[in-house]
Amino acid sequence: MIRLVLPAHLRTLAHIDGEIELAVAGEVTQRTVLDALEARYPVLRGTIRDQDTGKRRPFIRFFACEEDLSHEQPDLGLPEDVVKGKEPYLVIAAMAGG
Amino acid sequence: MSGVRVLVGTRKGAFVMTADGKRKDWDVTGPFFGGWEIYHVKGSPADKNRLYASQSSGWSGQVVQRSDDGGKTWTPVGNKFSYDGVPGTHQWYDGTPHPWEFARVWHFEPAPGDPDTVYAGVEDAGLFRTTDGGQNWQEMPGLRTHGSGPSWQPGAGGMCLHTIIVDPAHHDRMFAAISAAGAFRSDDAGQTWRPINRGLHSEGIPDSDAEVGHCVHRIAQHPSRPDTLYMQKHWDVMRSDDAGESWREISGNLPTDFGFPIDVHAHEPDTVYVVPITSDGEHFPPEGKLRVYRSRSGGDDWEPLTNGLPQEHCYVNVLRDAMSVDSLDDCGVYFGTTGGQVYASADAGDTWAPIVRDLPAVLSVEVQTLS
Repeated sequence: MIRLVLPAHLRTLAHIDGEIELAVAGEVTQRTVLDALEARYPVLRGTIRDQDTGKRRPFIRFFACEEDLSHEQPDLGLPEDVVKGKEPYLVIAAMAGG
Repeated sequence: MSGVRVLVGTRKGAFVMTADGKRKDWDVTGPFFGGWEIYHVKGSPADKNRLYASQSSGWSGQVVQRSDDGGKTWTPVGNKFSYDGVPGTHQWYDGTPHPWEFARVWHFEPAPGDPDTVYAGVEDAGLFRTTDGGQNWQEMPGLRTHGSGPSWQPGAGGMCLHTIIVDPAHHDRMFAAISAAGAFRSDDAGQTWRPINRGLHSEGIPDSDAEVGHCVHRIAQHPSRPDTLYMQKHWDVMRSDDAGESWREISGNLPTDFGFPIDVHAHEPDTVYVVPITSDGEHFPPEGKLRVYRSRSGGDDWEPLTNGLPQEHCYVNVLRDAMSVDSLDDCGVYFGTTGGQVYASADAGDTWAPIVRDLPAVLSVEVQTLS
């Protein structure tokens, strides 16, 4: 199972308490993880990725294993520790504003 | 028993305020969607318990919320706003072409006879519609693609479609207004559109009386006199008596004719309200005095309404969608400020009292009259 953590405002929107565990079929990539997330929580469609282009929204970041994966290709495999469920995949609301 | 429900959108959530017909004692609930910008909340005229709220944030984009119980509970509905076809470009602030990009919903206008049909005015300027209660949204592209779109330019707040009026007398007639493109009219239920800006004069554009390019802030109409429109432009308060074919200035004795909202008394089509703001550079009331101005003659002659409003050290703004009227016998008038106050008058503006004083900056105020 893939462990995933959302920022607080999206947990509130989707009525999620804490970490999520997602079953991802096939290769575990940013795209397949987010596809699985949106399939389970349709209200999150458009809040992390643009619904038309699939691109990450500008103030959303993706972290895992102390690395920033935001600029990685969406079809690249995620780190082994994320795939094995040892480390969570983090969706972050970037620090912005004052 | 009669009463009112005031729907308030703020920078950090939505609030619902209810009172009986006296409009003195208020029950305030919220914040709903705390932390999110709520540009607009509006109820359906066909079903008072059906509400729509535009919820957005710079991080996570647009969410649309719907309530079927008058704002007690809410459910997210569809939030996909895709422009029809290849959207092309409009002008950017520096005059260069800029791709059309959806940013947020500024205004919802539920259709008069059907709670499932709602029009949405969005940034970058476009008109969308749902006919299934918000689950799916389709652009009505005739406005954006009628021809002048590539020359439209954003106002300081973004290129927003902020005013939608579905004409109560001519069911195929609609009006829309865009900052900073101007006013537009459709006579075929939104399929095709044309600019209606003759008589507007704007010094901030190269051709001051151009067909498009005017920064219209708000348009209001009284349902009993649908050919009369009142407009608060960036500068100038304007009036049309021929459904927008031509406009004339009615600023008259206002201390300044810059401002954002404009509204009409529920029972007196010649009684109009504006909130004069010092200038486009100073978005606060002149002399630090918060004054609503009322004309009982359809413009030109205005009186300040100050009873109950702060008359010193007041430097708030009142945004374009932040004023509304109820339709009780004694018409109530309501407005919200960027300082977080929501003021109500139960006597058509003669006296005012705050419903709340310390909300986040108020973006929109709508009122439902309940019976």
